[in-house]
Amino acid sequence: MTDTSQTPLVQLKDISISFGGIRAVDHVSLDLYPGEVVGLLGHNGAGKSTLIKILSGAYQKDGGEIWIEGQPAEINSPRDARDYNIETIYQTLALADNLDAASNLFLGRELTTAAGFVDDAKMESETAKIMARLNPNFRKLKEPVSALSGGQRQSVAIAKAVYFKAKILIMDEPTAALGVHETQMVADLIQELKKQGLGIFLISHDTREMLELCDRVSVMKNGKMIGTERVEDVTEDDILSMIIMGKKPDQAA
Amino acid sequence: MTDQTTQPPGTTKEPEGAIARFFRETELDTRLLGMLGALAIIWIGFHVYGQLVNGFGAFLTPRNLWNLSVQTASIGIMATGMVLVIITRHIDLSVGSMLGFCAIVMGVVQVNILPQFLGLGHPMIWIIAVIIGILCGSFIGAFHGALIAYGKIPAFIVTLGGLLVWRGAAFLVARGETISPVDPTFRLMGGGPYGAIGATGSWIVGILGCVAVLGLILMGRRKRTTFHIAQRPVWAETFLAIVGCGAVIGAVLLVNAYPWPRGIVRRYAEAEGITIPEGGLFISHGFAIPVLILVAVAIFMTILMSRTRFGRYVYAIGGNPEAAELAGINTRWMTVKIFALMGALTGLSAVVASARLGSATNALGTLDELYVIAAAVIGGTSLAGGVGTIYGAILGALVMQSLQTGMVLIGFDAAIQQVVVGSVLVLAVYLDILYRRRSK
Repeated sequence: MTDTSQTPLVQLKDISISFGGIRAVDHVSLDLYPGEVVGLLGHNGAGKSTLIKILSGAYQKDGGEIWIEGQPAEINSPRDARDYNIETIYQTLALADNLDAASNLFLGRELTTAAGFVDDAKMESETAKIMARLNPNFRKLKEPVSALSGGQRQSVAIAKAVYFKAKILIMDEPTAALGVHETQMVADLIQELKKQGLGIFLISHDTREMLELCDRVSVMKNGKMIGTERVEDVTEDDILSMIIMGKKPDQAA
Repeated sequence: MTDQTTQPPGTTKEPEGAIARFFRETELDTRLLGMLGALAIIWIGFHVYGQLVNGFGAFLTPRNLWNLSVQTASIGIMATGMVLVIITRHIDLSVGSMLGFCAIVMGVVQVNILPQFLGLGHPMIWIIAVIIGILCGSFIGAFHGALIAYGKIPAFIVTLGGLLVWRGAAFLVARGETISPVDPTFRLMGGGPYGAIGATGSWIVGILGCVAVLGLILMGRRKRTTFHIAQRPVWAETFLAIVGCGAVIGAVLLVNAYPWPRGIVRRYAEAEGITIPEGGLFISHGFAIPVLILVAVAIFMTILMSRTRFGRYVYAIGGNPEAAELAGINTRWMTVKIFALMGALTGLSAVVASARLGSATNALGTLDELYVIAAAVIGGTSLAGGVGTIYGAILGALVMQSLQTGMVLIGFDAAIQQVVVGSVLVLAVYLDILYRRRSK
């Protein structure tokens, strides 16, 4: 499935970060290859979201290195991450509720006219195009996103990653707020993006869903990396025991 | 609005009333119409009350409405900036004191300092004074913004401190003296018979206004064609064009219907060597210069808020500061810029206010912060952040000023005025909350 002889898209090497006296992420290493989905599992507070926010530029690491496509990378802000084609879909969706879909999609990267003004008409038509591809039922282009359903909001967030041709996609609980149909839509989309060669980090609490969607899963507990396994090598029970007991299946036995 | 988008395709829509269809097709903001309606009720109410009780309706006269426009200018200019501050979930309590401070600084510069170097009445004096006033406001605003953004001190506290500091500083600059007279050219920016552009100038402004209205409608149509967005029906566009141009022409006719007072005409005639004909000489005021400044500020701020990245980021920060930050927007630097802009507009307001008074006093602008905040809030700016418009704030300022002028005209005393203005503020915000709840 995954060709590990390639250069990894992302290598997180020995990453640490502390908040106050708490080591939220404690010397964690993880890598991601093109066309691969890596799942991050663990209890609340295990450090998954924190680790991922270091990659997306929301937090600054205390120690360790980030390598992107075989080169050391400096990521100190969301803007830096974006320059490395890293897009993040946050658990909280990170949308400005008072703005419409197009304004959210292009937030921070507005299309402008020759005179330097924002080109709302162009952004609206671009949004209509990408939405027609991702979610054909999406029609509330003019309304603030607060008027949208969970799935529609999610498609705005995903459209952002697709439109700007992300190479590395981070999805933090992408299906947590969604219904069955919409969850399926996100799953299909992940498969499609994978085929296009994107690398995806996926965070979820749903172990079964992770085994379906991911190529490898990594389990974290109390800020430490317990282990990374190929999904075909482990059962759901193995994963659960890693999450709960913090031990690899062979050690647990 | 929502019903047509949520319906699955193919189902027939419920029959729509003529009024609902009218609003949908013209894409008019019903909130704006509500405010205009409220304004109309206030104006007509005061006029009729004056007629019935005092035997003379003084409100709907060219003279009063012209004065009203001049009185609105200073608060209106600041209210456009306060919209941005409140949208981003901050507040600025210091604008009144900043206005006083900037006015005193400008007064000292143009009365005590510049004449020594340039000579009294030098044409550069007023220009330098205005630039210094606006810069002074910008720097104070930027300083406040930096304390808020980088020092993480709540805006309420920083500007509450500023409210005291700048009022005290204004006193210290001139030891509490009133500085006058200001430069004669500077004075024109406060209005008055000479500080207005006359009948011909007003017609030119009016024609430009009509051209702008028609131009905007045509440009909008072209843009919609380019990107295949549904057009407004032609009748709706025609209606908007007629209403827009009608309002502009109506304003021109109104300001031109207000003649100079007889005494000033006599002095003017003597100075120019004109003999006054039988029945007096009718010289129109035309638009007052401070009103034109307000219009220019309104156009600039509207473009800034709706057509630039800066404006988009202001709304985004107000809607979800975390999302704005994650989208790569430098929210702290934005805060500094927003407060600096508020300060610059306060400096400009100080120009208008002190020019109107003809002097600079350290008490100038006292309590203005409350009127400015009230204007923005009555105009629909939400204190929860993310929502607000420039035209709303200016209309809000007009509503506040109309109430005050109206009560003076019909002879309410100051105590009742305060009670009414305070109550209207609370009522207006309550109505706005009801409106938003219903439209959700």
